[in-house]
Amino acid sequence: MTIDRREFLRRSGFGLAATLAGLSGARAAAPSSARGARVVVVGAGFGGAVCAKYIRMWDPNIEVTLIEANDRFVSCPMSNWVIGGIRSVDELVKSYDQLPRNHGIRMVHDTVVGVDADKRRVLTRRGDSYAYDRLVLAPGIDFMTELIEGYDVAESHGKVTHAFRAGPRTALLRKQLEAMPDGGVFVIASPPPPGRCVSGPYERACMAAHYFKQHKPRSKIIMLDGHFDVVSKGPMFKAAWKKFYPGMIEHRPNNLAVKVDHTTMTVSSEFEDVKGDVINVVPMMRAAKLCDTVGVRTDSQNRWCPVDGATFESTAIPGIHVIGDSVLSNIPKSAHVSNNQAKICAAAIVDLLNGREPNPAPIIGSTSYSATSDHTAGPIAVVMRYDPKQKSYIRQPGGGASPECDELNFAYNLAWFENIWADTLT
Amino acid sequence: MKKKVMSFIGIGLYAVTATAGAADTHIRVTAATCYICHGPNGKSEHAIPGLAGQDRNYLVQAMKEQKTAARETTVMRKYMLGYTDAEIEAMADFFASVK
Ligand SMILES: Cc1cc2nc3c(=O)[nH]c(=O)nc-3n(C[C@H](O)[C@H](O)[C@H](O)COP(=O)(O)OP(=O)(O)OC[C@H]3O[C@@H](n4cnc5c(N)ncnc54)[C@H](O)[C@@H]3O)c2cc1C
Ligand code: HEC
Repeated sequence: MTIDRREFLRRSGFGLAATLAGLSGARAAAPSSARGARVVVVGAGFGGAVCAKYIRMWDPNIEVTLIEANDRFVSCPMSNWVIGGIRSVDELVKSYDQLPRNHGIRMVHDTVVGVDADKRRVLTRRGDSYAYDRLVLAPGIDFMTELIEGYDVAESHGKVTHAFRAGPRTALLRKQLEAMPDGGVFVIASPPPPGRCVSGPYERACMAAHYFKQHKPRSKIIMLDGHFDVVSKGPMFKAAWKKFYPGMIEHRPNNLAVKVDHTTMTVSSEFEDVKGDVINVVPMMRAAKLCDTVGVRTDSQNRWCPVDGATFESTAIPGIHVIGDSVLSNIPKSAHVSNNQAKICAAAIVDLLNGREPNPAPIIGSTSYSATSDHTAGPIAVVMRYDPKQKSYIRQPGGGASPECDELNFAYNLAWFENIWADTLT
Repeated sequence: MKKKVMSFIGIGLYAVTATAGAADTHIRVTAATCYICHGPNGKSEHAIPGLAGQDRNYLVQAMKEQKTAARETTVMRKYMLGYTDAEIEAMADFFASVK
């Protein structure tokens, strides 16, 4: 794409100023307006789509290109409801038509395969390249399936799936539960935090139990939990299991799955072998491979991307921001938090490209709702403020999980789905 | 309004280049985090009420009562305890002015 090169040269002086402004301490004579500045956002999930939109909303002078591998948006939130049979998989799938049209975003459906950080260019599978002044990576997570012996082959046979990236895997797990006989055993093996949506496996147990209660009441659910306790909303989940599904759900903590054998339908932890009619194994996670390829997945375990908490700029490569589940942080990895991070990052990028100091102490609100049946749910709500001295988001007093679930919160959970989808996609 | 907001939240945090615009940004971004539940731009057609265009004094009162638990809430008390009164007032100004 020669046009990118010409544009890049035309703007190279500006690019330098923007780079300097981005380095902490150094404040170069910054441009007065970001007219023609270019931002490329990779990944149009709950983080990337929102970041692209709000950059355009807050400074229409900035050109934004949003590159997404999939043609349509598929929501992980509500996917447990599909597994429990109270929603259909179609309801998770949304169109990308409105977002670029409403906000003047250039949307490209392609897979990013690399980044030339020196030349500030993004490279795609189709062989195109896109120049940027600032790049935002929001590619989500990958699964460390190599840590579970037999997982990849079991999944390739369609026998075992994680269903922690919504789409065909969600539909497969639902089909497996539908085919399970009454009196069967459903095993859910979940990893310790950090990872995407730590309350997801427990909500999934509720949803499956809700389905079994109606249709297969003699069935059982065994949760092999890699954590020492229910990670999130523990009192609420335990109370709901007792009240709605007495004797059906057995939670076995400190039981990280290390092996799965699809020929005998057995999942093994370090302590025991458990047979299941349906086996759902959620492996440990890390920031998507692209982050490693680019060189921003630089924490000590090569799992997450360290960033400056005020701007979400990578601490490894200037000019590249990372948001969403890929980020190394003490904040939960959720759609709600990814949306918050996207807005903070968008505002910081607008400020940096206009030569202004970004807000050094932004605030993130973190909520996740979990359904416990087809008419009850409960929330957690926490506010966190960034402390630039401690370089960390500090949890404010007063927040926490609700110990109970009820119908009112189920209605609010539905409103949350509708409003976050609208905020992300329109 | 700009000056008032600055004097509450800006102190000691913003570098020399900061202006009243920085305080506006802080409130604009913080208010945008409410959209997830209260709808884009504070406009909601669902069970969680919209905030856009509501009376400023009503919004201030509602949020302060949430904070002190004078008003019964599911999540809002947990949220409001995390914000300063100045931020609450500035967010009320923000949402009241959305057309
Ligand atoms: C079962 C389940 C239930 C959940 N429920 C909730 C909930 O109720 N509330 C909540 O807040 N969160 C929930 N979550 C968590 C939420 O889904 C994630 O935290 C959120 O999706 C993270 O957003 P993200 O933008 O980082 O990644 P994603 O939303 O995964 O988006 C990443 C995007 O990047 C694209 N991409 C990746 N690599 C490339 C590439 N190389 N080139 C181009 N495009 C690429 C992908 O196609 C994808 O569209 C749930 C998750 C699960 C699994
Ligand atoms: C997790 C979802 C959620 C988030 C995020 C959220 N709210 Fe709320 N809000 C609610 C719910 C639910 C109610 C109803 C009261 C309750 O149960 O807490 C409400 C009620 C309110 C009300 C009272 C409205 C009325 O008409 O009486 C105000 C004002 C309000 N919120 C302001 C805010 C502001 C400002 C923010 C952002 C800082 C915010 N909310 C973020 C869920 C949310």
